[in-house]
Amino acid sequence: MTPTEPHADATTRVLGIETSCDETAAAVVTGGNDVRSSVVSSQVDIHARYGGVVPEIASRAHVDLLTPVIAQALVEAGMADGEVDAVAATNGPGLVGSLLVGVSTAKALALVWGVPFVAVNHLEAHLYATLLEDPSLELPALVLLVSGGHTLLIAMEDHGRYRLLGSTVDDAAGEAFDKVARYLGLGYPGGPAIDRVALDGDPTAIAFPRAMRGDGFDFSFSGLKTSVINHVRKHPEATTADVAASFQEAVVDTLVDKARRAAREMGARSMCLGGGVAANSVLRERFLSACVEDGFHGFLPSRAMCTDNAAMVAAAGWWRLRADGPSPLDTGADPNLRLPLAG
Amino acid sequence: MLTTKAPKETRALGEALADLAHAGDLLVLAGEMGAGKTAFAQGFGSGLGVETPITSPTFTIVREYVGRALALHHIDVYRLDSMQEAGDLGLGEMLDEAAVMLVEWGDAILPALPTDYLEVRITFGDGDDDRRIELTPVGAAWSARRRSISETVAPWAHDAGASAGGASDPC
Repeated sequence: MTPTEPHADATTRVLGIETSCDETAAAVVTGGNDVRSSVVSSQVDIHARYGGVVPEIASRAHVDLLTPVIAQALVEAGMADGEVDAVAATNGPGLVGSLLVGVSTAKALALVWGVPFVAVNHLEAHLYATLLEDPSLELPALVLLVSGGHTLLIAMEDHGRYRLLGSTVDDAAGEAFDKVARYLGLGYPGGPAIDRVALDGDPTAIAFPRAMRGDGFDFSFSGLKTSVINHVRKHPEATTADVAASFQEAVVDTLVDKARRAAREMGARSMCLGGGVAANSVLRERFLSACVEDGFHGFLPSRAMCTDNAAMVAAAGWWRLRADGPSPLDTGADPNLRLPLAG
Repeated sequence: MLTTKAPKETRALGEALADLAHAGDLLVLAGEMGAGKTAFAQGFGSGLGVETPITSPTFTIVREYVGRALALHHIDVYRLDSMQEAGDLGLGEMLDEAAVMLVEWGDAILPALPTDYLEVRITFGDGDDDRRIELTPVGAAWSARRRSISETVAPWAHDAGASAGGASDPC
């Protein structure tokens, strides 16, 4: 394949690069779904002592980690430098300094190797994480994408054709987990910490509010965060396990309730979960039972595919390359990039 | 001292104050987690005519919105750890001609911010949803507006007689 051909086929090898938040990742995927390698170097330990992702630390760590991570991804895929057919990188949404590291590196490699550069939307990449693991997924699908930065209900009608059904009006679900965990002194990342502590708690101990339940497909988690804080201030005797379990229950309840209603309304054939919060054990269990009860084909990504990785970036990059051709080399990083929606 | 009894009242207060905003203004939002800083920002944005939903900026640190006449830079420095990092964001340079900047947890990085600002400090009151809000103009630009601030926020100054300082002062 020559660099000027805009399309991609089953033999097209795409190097994907992901640096939008705290994971530095590179992967090689052939033909849009054959994962040849996927390397993720997490900065979680570096950020843990700050209780969250610290942007300047994140971008400096990406600079240090990205070159060896790319080298390892190429070695594991059995490829020499320049043997890939395209380089794809996440250009948003995310932390601008972090995104720039991946985008600049991808452009430089594309120029040196004489292959196309493809800018990938991080949210679209999460949708492709699902298709990577279950290529037979029946569309249209309802995707519930929940992470530290996003809480979205998306109708995926076809490749590249999405409708946004709902999103958070304030805090993202993962952000609520992080902030509540920090308030309860459980550390970072908050999702796994709450998941763990909640195992020993009673999810019905405290009736936290389910904001906007039954009211459209948008979410609100800011009031829930405040309710947790109010409860702990007034009831210092409440056990952390009960507070964590009841908080988690309120989040999961709201997410699953809206997802299944949205799936019914859009006439979905499948329901999928994606994003970092998709690793939460109670959410996984409850989401799958909802699929079974309502007769949807349900899909839960593996835990490795829930978190940010570059295989999904390479897969989304392959589809974008096939549909739209290469991205211009002056494509910038956009911290607030939105999902490309069908008109 | 001002008081609100629900997040929507905090939003309404923000919305009213947006009428006083000028290009290049800075507002520093102070208050614990859950106090209602983002609620204030949502109201302030809607007062500026921002039509897209204003969500928490914690994840991306900076979110930018287009209003009727003024843009809004909504910033959250909660995740920043050092003054060095705050300096690296270049917040001073972001204060351009046609925008207002609102910085959540801004009281933690004052040395990295311009010296002319309105501090909005939100603290928890007695009831779950009760909040006390204190407005403190710092520097010439906001001090010159003391009087119009007092007039604008009069509906929320429920116990104006009981407390001095802030905006209830003959500002």
